Amino acid sequence: MTLGLKWSDVTPKPQWMNRRQLMAGAGALLAAPAVAQTGVAKSAFSTDAAPNTLSEITTYNNFYEFGLDKGDPARNARLLTTDPWGIEIGGMVDRPGSYDLADILQGAPLEERIYRFRCVEAWSMVIPWVGFELAHLLNKAGVQPGAKYVAFETLVRPEEMPGQKTAALDWPYREGLRLDEAMHPLTILATGLYGDPMPNQNGAPIRLVVPWKYGFKSIKSIVSIRLTDTQPQTTWNMQNAREYGFYSNVNPEVSHPRWSQASERRVGAGIFAGREDTLMFNGYGEQVASLYAGMDLSKDY
Amino acid sequence: MVLALDRINSLARRIPTGVVWVGAMIPFVWLVWAAATNRLGADPVKAIELRLGLWGLQFLLASLCITPLRKIGLNLLRFRRALGVMAFFYIAMHFLAWVVLDMGLRWDEILRDLYKRPYIILGMVGLLAMLPLAVTSTHAAIRRLGAARWRRLHQLAYVAAAAGAIHFVILVKGWPLEPLLYAGAVGALLLLRLRVPHKVRT
Repeated sequence: MTLGLKWSDVTPKPQWMNRRQLMAGAGALLAAPAVAQTGVAKSAFSTDAAPNTLSEITTYNNFYEFGLDKGDPARNARLLTTDPWGIEIGGMVDRPGSYDLADILQGAPLEERIYRFRCVEAWSMVIPWVGFELAHLLNKAGVQPGAKYVAFETLVRPEEMPGQKTAALDWPYREGLRLDEAMHPLTILATGLYGDPMPNQNGAPIRLVVPWKYGFKSIKSIVSIRLTDTQPQTTWNMQNAREYGFYSNVNPEVSHPRWSQASERRVGAGIFAGREDTLMFNGYGEQVASLYAGMDLSKDY
Repeated sequence: MVLALDRINSLARRIPTGVVWVGAMIPFVWLVWAAATNRLGADPVKAIELRLGLWGLQFLLASLCITPLRKIGLNLLRFRRALGVMAFFYIAMHFLAWVVLDMGLRWDEILRDLYKRPYIILGMVGLLAMLPLAVTSTHAAIRRLGAARWRRLHQLAYVAAAAGAIHFVILVKGWPLEPLLYAGAVGALLLLRLRVPHKVRT
């Protein structure tokens, strides 16, 4: 469906824009009717749940490159230069190399994907991403037969990412997926949300989104993608293997050693809204449970 | 130095303790107002919980500073009851915020947390340690218990502070600085007390 509608056209604007932004937004709309990510296709994978507001999605972020407080990324991420941007694609691929982001996006089938997002800290949101399936890029690069895993890395640029001047994590931030997880149609590289380019604090210009896994698996501001035959090291697993497994699938039955994962608080639901039950695979079990058939998920957490 | 201390002491004598009671309520009133007018960011429940816990820990630490300050000649003893009782008030509200707002009265999960989760257990230890202190905070209670026994009982404040500080350290992801600073402060206060034993006057 390509009516040229932006999310900003169907969502009551005051919910996510203040009046000044509204004026600027209206001006921009008149001046440039087609911004980069408008008119993307809708997806059958999208949830019907109402998305969180842009303000909630952009002011409550775990992005330690910009500080430990959830408000820090919104305060500090404007420093980040996202153009030019390149991604090094390497390892077991037919066409390795350093690709410009524009080349990667050339012909990428952008879709709107409204996904549930569940943080390992037991809060959740619903986020209208714009992105394309990671499989599209991996097929373009040509995955070689022996490859079993995909390893990702975030940019390291301490002069623009003040959190990297501290040893809060072992930089660069690293994540990884098994190849079948990476090729799954739910797994996307997102380049925008609410029909606009990705805000810096949400992982601009391009980030991973794996909706059935805890949020920290969805690595932000990606500069490196490597295909490997061994399981790659992942940042939170390196930090504390007992608490954060390689898979980190959303699972209400496997507690974090320090807190329960049985339920979650929906950000934006209101002070007295209480909790919702957490769903197995964050509600995406129908699509992804078969990937883990025969595995003991209390061991491979 | 001595002159300055004398001046502060005489100033402190002229401040009614009511000022501390009322002043200590200001953060709470602000928090209720901020919550009602939607000024606590994207996750107001976490903000409420964190603020209440933090203020409770701060009042508790302030009340524990009174004795070491007296050792160097600064006498603020008359404010200690207000600081201690307000610490209990904030920690009790912190607990209530957890049960009602955060856990949404899911009693099965609350009870499971209470016996399985070390940071919840430590938080409860802190709250329960403060309960007898709040109950025996009146002049009448001091008289009934006798000064020595009352003082021994009120050493539970250190248990509460230590439990609270460790609770803060282990509930966060990773090792941010702030909780470690509180733990360090509790450790320092405890060391001060152990090295300079309190003389029991008869």
